[in-house]
Amino acid sequence: MQLRDLVKEFGLEVKAGSGLLDREVSSGYVSDLLSDVLAHADEGTLWVTLHIHQNIVAVASHKDLAGIILVQGRQPEQDTIAKAEEEGIPVLVSSLSAFELVGRLYKAGIRGAEAD
Amino acid sequence: MEQQYKEQGATDRVTKTQEMVYEITVGEVMSTTVVTVRPDQTMAELSSLLKDNRITGTPVVEDGKLVGMVSIADLINALSNNEINVLIRDKMKTKVECLYDDELLVHCIAKFSKYGFKRYPVLNRQEELVGIITKGSIVEGLLRKLEIEYEQTESKVAQARHRPTMRKFFEDVSADEISFTFKFNVAGQTLKEAGKAASELKNALKKLGVCPPLLRRIGVATYEAEINLASYTKGGEIRAQVEKWGIIVEAIDNGPGIPDVERAMQPGYSTAPDWVRELGFGAGMGLVNMKKCADEMSLKSSVPDGTHLIMQFYYTS
Repeated sequence: MQLRDLVKEFGLEVKAGSGLLDREVSSGYVSDLLSDVLAHADEGTLWVTLHIHQNIVAVASHKDLAGIILVQGRQPEQDTIAKAEEEGIPVLVSSLSAFELVGRLYKAGIRGAEAD
Repeated sequence: MEQQYKEQGATDRVTKTQEMVYEITVGEVMSTTVVTVRPDQTMAELSSLLKDNRITGTPVVEDGKLVGMVSIADLINALSNNEINVLIRDKMKTKVECLYDDELLVHCIAKFSKYGFKRYPVLNRQEELVGIITKGSIVEGLLRKLEIEYEQTESKVAQARHRPTMRKFFEDVSADEISFTFKFNVAGQTLKEAGKAASELKNALKKLGVCPPLLRRIGVATYEAEINLASYTKGGEIRAQVEKWGIIVEAIDNGPGIPDVERAMQPGYSTAPDWVRELGFGAGMGLVNMKKCADEMSLKSSVPDGTHLIMQFYYTS
């Protein structure tokens, strides 16, 4: 599934990386601990978080994630958007809570990575 | 055979097999397990020997010397003349065409088309029988050689695909010591700029041709190290050294040092202040992540002088 499909289906706001929406999403991960994401997310993972500061872009970039969805309509900081454009990380915003959003993503066919 | 040579000559191309017959010797493809008979054995004995070994001819050897060749054609003649109990000595061909084990295959092939025999005994230069060669063994020998060359090419291709160009560089350049060093300063007590060194380093290593999986491990480990410098210290530096065998990443700071290194290494243990935790760090997983990413890791710390972290990453792992 491509990011573009999710943007359409869940009405996500595209805050950065509008040119990168053809990226394939291989799995999903939800966490607000950055080291946890660094340890457990895989290449191509879509990350759901409530953090809006620029360190999330660094984390996504280091793990080659497909993109980030911010929950509860939280708007990314200006620095975050700038850095995301620079690093080529799509940043999307959903008005839903993490629980609701993840539930719907799962229903749409996105699965979590196997626990290791 | 002649027809073939003409065709190949016309296309003016030398094929791999043609090249190979000039490289391979008779000794390399001949069969060394040679069934032989003695001249004082009978044609009846020859008959069962040919049947048992599923062969159609064999050298005749006396006192270690090749004295003739005898084939199924000779046996048929003997049968039709009712001479089955005659000695091989009287039926064998004594005018024998031989090959030497150090002759090139191309001579051997020429001999096959010239004389039309199905097999040739192979002698060493001391005139001792060392093997036998048939068209079958030539084909097998060529295929074996092709297979070996193919496998070598395959593994070379695989290596070229997986080997970082960095290593290629080190192989091509000769000096007593070569290494690249990168140094990044990391400000302490702020996470605003944290991650810059790791991302710069990752980009530099990418340009040097370090492969993506290794790049990710180095990126993550360096990022965690950088976050630690920014969260807990007065500032410090990230150093990376690119060596022939791999990459060393060091994080060095001037304090305050870690009071209990062993405890700091435990998953979930953290002394992070609130402002760090609010940004999603300080979960006590940084050092654990680094250890997971690095092939080797060592951590030395003393209070209040500072901490020195060394991580090593090998190209091959």
